[in-house]
Amino acid sequence: MAEEASHTFLRQFGCEQSLLSKPDGSASYFQGDTNVLSGVYGPAEVKVSKEIYDRATLEVLIQPKVGLPSVRERAREQCVRETCEAVLLSTLHPRSSLTLILQVIHDDGSLLSCCLNAACMALMDAGLPMSCLFCGITCSISVDGQIITDPTAEQEKESRALMTFAIDSAQKGVLMATTKGSFSVTELQECIAVSQKASERIFQFYRDSVFRRYSKIL
Amino acid sequence: MPVSFREKVDEVLLPGDVFSLRLPEFGSDVKAEKAVCGPGLRRNGDQVLVCKSGVLRHKAPNVYWIDSQQKRYVPAKGERVIGIITARSGDVFKVDVGGSEPASLSFLAFEGATKRNRPNVQVGDLVYAHFIIANKDMEPELACIDSCGHANGMGVFGEGGLMFRLSLGLVRRLLAPQSMIVKDLEKLFPFEMVVGLNGRVWVKAKSIQQTLIVTNLLESCENMTAQQRQTLFQRVAEGNL
Repeated sequence: MAEEASHTFLRQFGCEQSLLSKPDGSASYFQGDTNVLSGVYGPAEVKVSKEIYDRATLEVLIQPKVGLPSVRERAREQCVRETCEAVLLSTLHPRSSLTLILQVIHDDGSLLSCCLNAACMALMDAGLPMSCLFCGITCSISVDGQIITDPTAEQEKESRALMTFAIDSAQKGVLMATTKGSFSVTELQECIAVSQKASERIFQFYRDSVFRRYSKIL
Repeated sequence: MPVSFREKVDEVLLPGDVFSLRLPEFGSDVKAEKAVCGPGLRRNGDQVLVCKSGVLRHKAPNVYWIDSQQKRYVPAKGERVIGIITARSGDVFKVDVGGSEPASLSFLAFEGATKRNRPNVQVGDLVYAHFIIANKDMEPELACIDSCGHANGMGVFGEGGLMFRLSLGLVRRLLAPQSMIVKDLEKLFPFEMVVGLNGRVWVKAKSIQQTLIVTNLLESCENMTAQQRQTLFQRVAEGNL
């Protein structure tokens, strides 16, 4: 049991919803020292060139802490966009645009999972129709084969393999996976199991924070 | 495990939560419960899926919906909104209602308007109108008359006053019959208020100062409990602010 507990260790995490006044939904999410600020605009008017006749167009933009977005940001944007598209009921708002902007405040490892969590919180805050929630978990496998969940930048650098999963709240299934480095099939399965276990804590946190937000109008 | 609606009324729910319409433990001899699903709830086979975060509300006998705080308006048929005229083209005005596309408003959809007698509406004017067409696949259409041809409180706004935005949740609370916020406000001083379901509110009081007081009070109501609100209003009434 003790070993299992150490597997699903997550750094301290927290969130603040609707902190920005202009976007329709916003959230700031931190995991340890990693911090991402997100804003959602939509359903809004869409450019004719990007219009999709039967669903909403989702655009995800990741702004790095310094400099301009590069290829790495584009890859992350794609991961976040495909996860969001999987849970959003975008057919309810055809011919409109949804824009999700993620501003990296600080990166201390597990950035993609923090982006995913911030995205989910902001989408929920905007009140967009979703079939379920999702969360992101990053796992790293160290050189001696130990699985570390929610690694810091230091731990990421020393790791043999790094993987990030997006997990949905309904079936605890894997919505998106991205991996780096070498690992065996059993290690992958173990990482998925550990992530699914850790996701329960994050979903419970979502529930608690939304409850606190609505506590004044109960 | 899906549960029944009744057990969750007035609780906070998240997207992905499910309810069952039939309860297996009663067997088939119990008549299936009929339910009307409002905003935030969707039917999915014989289950009901929550697709917005918020508080589950119930109205007797069988209407259920999710009460959520959001900022972006999505047009719905019959709802009364405050729109801004942005353009006039041919026989229609284009009206910004805060939705994903501008709504259209016919020249003839005003009280007493005919082909000869066109209404005096300029670009930039505010109108209070209701949706006669609003669905996801079509351009929304507004009208300033009801089905009998009467204005019924709708039409172009007069001079003066101030329009501002509130969250959709607060606007619905203002419009609720016997709204406590409105009751507390009207004790302060007389003022006119128009509340559109798209989150726009227009206020006009005797002086600009009083208009601004009402505006600031309404904006501060967003995140206050009833207790906090009454204390604040008390202080304003005594002139201690």
